[in-house]
Amino acid sequence: MIYLQLLWSFIQIGLFSIGGGYAAMPLIQHQVIDIHGWLTLSEFSDIMTISQMTPGPIAINSATFVGIRIAGIPGALVATVGCVLPSSIIVSILAFIYYRFKGLDAVQSVLRGLRPAVVAMIATAALSLTAMALCNSDSFTSDVNVLNAIILVAALLILRIFKLNPIIVMAGSGVAGLIAGLL
Amino acid sequence: MDKDNKERKYLKLFLTTFEISAFTFGGGYVIIPLMRKTFVGKLGWIEDNEMLDLTAIAQSAPGPIAVNAAILVGFKTGGIPGALLAILGAVLPPFIIISIISFFYQAFRDNKYVSLVMSGMSAGVAAVVIDAVISMAADVFKLKKVLPVIMMFIAFILVQFFDVNIILVIIAAGIVGYIDYKARRKG
Repeated sequence: MIYLQLLWSFIQIGLFSIGGGYAAMPLIQHQVIDIHGWLTLSEFSDIMTISQMTPGPIAINSATFVGIRIAGIPGALVATVGCVLPSSIIVSILAFIYYRFKGLDAVQSVLRGLRPAVVAMIATAALSLTAMALCNSDSFTSDVNVLNAIILVAALLILRIFKLNPIIVMAGSGVAGLIAGLL
Repeated sequence: MDKDNKERKYLKLFLTTFEISAFTFGGGYVIIPLMRKTFVGKLGWIEDNEMLDLTAIAQSAPGPIAVNAAILVGFKTGGIPGALLAILGAVLPPFIIISIISFFYQAFRDNKYVSLVMSGMSAGVAAVVIDAVISMAADVFKLKKVLPVIMMFIAFILVQFFDVNIILVIIAAGIVGYIDYKARRKG
């Protein structure tokens, strides 16, 4: 019974969170705290903090965490499956439609139109990630973390000039942060 | 494609999405430059423009962007089985990591070394996304057409300064593209 509840709750979270992690957060809070009381507010804020510190979507992280808390590893599996089930079906259908019709002139024209907007959208994400790294806030403030500014510029130069694998650059930045912090 | 080749491609797909997902720190968009680098650049399984289209779909569909992007790339590479393998690759790293951390999450959250690494990493993550934006914006300029450049700037201003919903901006941009096409055909 608890498995069905977990599954259904996270299906709803997966289905209605459109536009990334920040859209998912209030939905998760509603299901997990308000409706079922699976987590306390302070546990919820812990898992949100940990989500920022670990890779992966907030919804998947929460599904795993809540599932384990409520019903162990099987619970985590059920909640995670629920979370990705709606997008698996919907996105597979969209992928099919895209590859079926993308050759059409009219579809090409629509796609040509939206590509620059996608670049702009990723640019806004780049800005907020930069604000987060340098000022530890959603927007830029005068309180800049100089160490992170140096790491960011160095990492960017390495990426532009040497075309190094971004994963190595990210891991290297973490190591640089650790070493500089310990000195 | 013979069977051996196919199996190798599926395995590569799974391992690649797993590796990328394990490094998707800082939100769903981070997966886009990582996928672009690997699937467009290194493996050549996906074209540059196609990656932008897939990003628009991943953003506009329900569910985590990173998972959606993995499904799309997987579908392109290996149909439905490819999509399923990519989902597995994308979901397993956070699943494993959170499962382990859930037993000592308070210690993890408050650990000094962890937070030092995370802080440095956040700067690296920002650099990776900025790097991708520079390359992608350069591609838009290289089209040598006025309309895409103007649309890119207007879309940026709308989202960044006026908090307009991104999905609305994407839809509007698609409509503008279609109107432009109709106008050209008439003219």
